[in-house]
Amino acid sequence: MMQPEDIKQMIETGLPGARVSVTGDGHHFEAEVVAREFTGKGMLQRHQIVYRTLGGKMGNEIHALSLRTLAPEE
Amino acid sequence: MSIQDRIRQQLSSDKIVLYMKGTPQFPQCGFSAKATQMLGACGVKFTTYDILSDPEMRQGLKEYSNWPTFPQLYVNGELVGGCDIMTELYQKGELQKLVTQAQG
Repeated sequence: MMQPEDIKQMIETGLPGARVSVTGDGHHFEAEVVAREFTGKGMLQRHQIVYRTLGGKMGNEIHALSLRTLAPEE
Repeated sequence: MSIQDRIRQQLSSDKIVLYMKGTPQFPQCGFSAKATQMLGACGVKFTTYDILSDPEMRQGLKEYSNWPTFPQLYVNGELVGGCDIMTELYQKGELQKLVTQAQG
């Protein structure tokens, strides 16, 4: 089963320098990600950037991930 | 017809399309339920497809939009996002504007 810490590590690996916090029960997770990659991007692109760091796990092992995505200046 | 062609055809025939788990009457996931409730509250007509009854469509959509989860809302053929983005837009009053304008 995925743990919040696993998801945090994957996002941090994919987005070096990002501030990431993840909570969850093994199926449903919530994450807040602050990353400079988000600057100037809309919500859709921001979520896609995070999903990309999780590879094929999103929608499979990770059933649901509520995302809050912020650029550092926000 | 390929699955990608089927998706394109569905998105060009209706302006507001929600791909979801289950149906608006019997949603199979809380996020899909919430998505239909928000669209319902906007007072617009929308088309839904149940991706649980069509595994090929489910996989095809993930690739079509580079978006791995459901629900997925499309307006005028463009992916708006999933439940989180819909909620954020709804709270700002922007979802209502977007779908009302699309309905014309």
